[in-house]
Amino acid sequence: MLKRTPYDVVVVGAGVVGAACAYYAARAGLKVAVVDRGPVAGGTTGAGEGNLLVSDKEPGPELDLALLSTRLWRELAEEFGDRVEYEPKGGLVVATGPAGLDLLHGFAAKQRAVGVEALPVAADELRTHEPHLAEGLPGGYLYPQDAQVQPALAAAHLLRASGADRYLGEAVTALLRGPGGSVTGVATTRRELAAPAVVNAAGTWGGELAALAGVRLPVLPRRGFVLVTEPLPRIVRHKVYAADYVADVASGSADLQSSAVVEGTPAGPVLIGASRERVGFDRTLDPEVLHRLAAQAAALFPVLRTVQVQRSYRGFRPYLPDHLPAIGPDARVPGLHHACGHEGAGIGLAPATGLLISRRLTGREPELDLAPFRPERFEGAEAAEAAEGES
Amino acid sequence: MPTSKSEPSGGRAEVHDLAVIGAGPAGLAAADAAAGLGLRVALVDAGSRPGGQYYRHPAPGLGAARPEKLHHGWAAFARLRARLAASPLVDHLPGHHVWAAEAGVPGDGERPWRLHATRGPEAGDRATVLARAVLLATGAYERHLPFPGWTLPGVVTAGGAQAMLKSSLVLPGRRIVVSGSGPLLLAAASSLVSAGAEVPAIVEATSYLGYARGLPALAGNPAKLAEGASHGARLLRRGVRLRRSSAVVEAHGTDRVTAVTVARLDARWKPVPGSERRIACDALAIGHGLVPQIELATELGAETVTGPDGAAALKVDAEQRTSVPGLWAAGETCGVGGADLALAEGVLAAHAVAGRPAPARETATRRRRRAFAALMAAAHAPGPDWTSWVTDDTDVCRCEEVPAGEIRAAVEELGAGDARTVKLLTRAGMGWCQGRMCGPAVACLSGDGGGGRADSRPLSCPVPLAQLAQLAGPVEPEQRRRD
Repeated sequence: MLKRTPYDVVVVGAGVVGAACAYYAARAGLKVAVVDRGPVAGGTTGAGEGNLLVSDKEPGPELDLALLSTRLWRELAEEFGDRVEYEPKGGLVVATGPAGLDLLHGFAAKQRAVGVEALPVAADELRTHEPHLAEGLPGGYLYPQDAQVQPALAAAHLLRASGADRYLGEAVTALLRGPGGSVTGVATTRRELAAPAVVNAAGTWGGELAALAGVRLPVLPRRGFVLVTEPLPRIVRHKVYAADYVADVASGSADLQSSAVVEGTPAGPVLIGASRERVGFDRTLDPEVLHRLAAQAAALFPVLRTVQVQRSYRGFRPYLPDHLPAIGPDARVPGLHHACGHEGAGIGLAPATGLLISRRLTGREPELDLAPFRPERFEGAEAAEAAEGES
Repeated sequence: MPTSKSEPSGGRAEVHDLAVIGAGPAGLAAADAAAGLGLRVALVDAGSRPGGQYYRHPAPGLGAARPEKLHHGWAAFARLRARLAASPLVDHLPGHHVWAAEAGVPGDGERPWRLHATRGPEAGDRATVLARAVLLATGAYERHLPFPGWTLPGVVTAGGAQAMLKSSLVLPGRRIVVSGSGPLLLAAASSLVSAGAEVPAIVEATSYLGYARGLPALAGNPAKLAEGASHGARLLRRGVRLRRSSAVVEAHGTDRVTAVTVARLDARWKPVPGSERRIACDALAIGHGLVPQIELATELGAETVTGPDGAAALKVDAEQRTSVPGLWAAGETCGVGGADLALAEGVLAAHAVAGRPAPARETATRRRRRAFAALMAAAHAPGPDWTSWVTDDTDVCRCEEVPAGEIRAAVEELGAGDARTVKLLTRAGMGWCQGRMCGPAVACLSGDGGGGRADSRPLSCPVPLAQLAQLAGPVEPEQRRRD
């Protein structure tokens, strides 16, 4: 009765999340195929900065994922070393006013309670960590677990190490279904790939793939621009950003709002980014957005005022209404698993996502409770979505 | 033509009827024709003097007695320049590098096009030019096909050699081999010989057999044939030898090029083993034709067409209209075709922008010259096997020093199949020139044919960070708090 299929799992998406899913699935002994309508790292991965951050996450499911990923990235760095430009450089989050610093203290205390390393840095110590930082800042926190990786290289090397068969430049046109509706593979523009499991790691297009299976997964694009300076000597040592107290007058609440991340790269250019805009897939340049990035970077590092911005690039982050990714099997479609919607954190969260997916594919207990990431959680959630609206 | 510094953004700026980007043949002709039809025109140009690459001429301080001696069509340029200088309707904005174009809303006077530019010698100042329509006449840049030794001092581009001669009256060497493919080789060799250089050989990669397939287009362009013949006759008189179906496959030297190896090529441009011979020289001028410079338009989503030479050019309709409302294009941006074609298309675009019928003479010129351009592009398209010259240790991207071997590894081992992915994995094309120099070569080495899709490039040229930080806009909360 059971016909053996050439693959145990087909991963749709050759970005960093798909590559990590392929890598951990192959390590668990599965035979893997990876399909992408474009090249490796052709979507959000190729437009990312490679932030592996715990500093910007409050305690909760996403931070749990990030902490697991931090450990996994360290292991991966042993295997891939310099080839993926992994740098455990640490993050430095600074406040720009006394109110912001108070909020930062509270935020860090909560993070430390769940295992985040966060070291307070007094005003007069800031410049021993970052000599070119603006003067007069009231203080901040050092996050040694924050790290950096070159996202496209990370995806390409994970994918290669997985040994998965690559079907690049082939769009998935249909999900194949068997008796009882369970997934039996995918059809692409060139062939059919049979497998008892399919992983949706299609990033921004994850919602469209889900629709091919007849289920709803409301993945939306959020645009971001990154500025890249001319190559410079190492003037920025950490991932540096400002976190500040922003009062929301209408709701009377206060929240932390962070600036663009400023950081150096091994190749020399300083990266400044990324902006966050909800404008759908609109590619139009908004000079105002570039202005904000430049102004934030110049406020943190006045020395950057004199450098040239050599280029800029844009990307679209895939996000879900509650800003958590969808990870795990889809109860509505047997055999379909989701691994998408990581918003701006996909590079960082990829290894944890890949590992958790491989656990579910092989019927083992995942390291984390997947309940917060259930793909079906948006059923009947239209109202909540509408309330969130465009902001 | 008032030479204006343009309004700094934030102040009250005039909305021109048309902003022309680029003051080469297409842009000059368009600005002149548009002003003649009563439009107010901003002629925005990166150069300090009008003329672009084609009408490049010595700075007045050099005291060149007869700059026209180095040019075909100088009279046409002089006429245009004089008319524009006298026109009150044209604002010439020299030294303006446009880094982004924000599309306007056609018919909405409140929402014109906004061209963001740096200006001044250090690009330290900024300018915003407002216009109801934009004509892209940014021309083309040279196609580079790397080979071992191409980064040695003394190796220049054929266009670069001509530019040095036209603007500074300087030769790149005394004994100069001219190599590559295309009509520019004969023109460059002819200029070099006229200026006193010795040219031991012109090395042309094609057999010229490609022209036989296009006799009607040739017959329709007698002036082009005469131009070629006049270069040919001059070179023949000086005893310059044309080697066809051959290429310089290596340049030798340590501090500077001292010799080149020339090999015969088969139809796919693969060197024929055993055919190599060495030619001593102190300079090498390489030309493989031109590639349209169209980033400002592709960034706006303008549709492109891939020419017979594999290069992407803007798709335009019979009135030079691109697929982006309010954006026109003329000259090399629509496919490389030379100055006469650019002049005609500039005039045609101006008429279309002004809502006037297309003049018959320019329409006929365009038809003839486009046919000829297509023939030339097909005849001189790089053969698919040119990459076999490129050894693994040859730097392909000079800015980031990425050798061919690294690019091949990215393709063969990491699964990169196009130029953008190769760039992400190797940094080839990420440097200062933003892939203008290595782009076509990287595309060929990555196997995507050389046309490829337009890469995302929100900034078309470098911009000082301070200038972006100053753009008009609300004061940042961070800044406000620290004040």
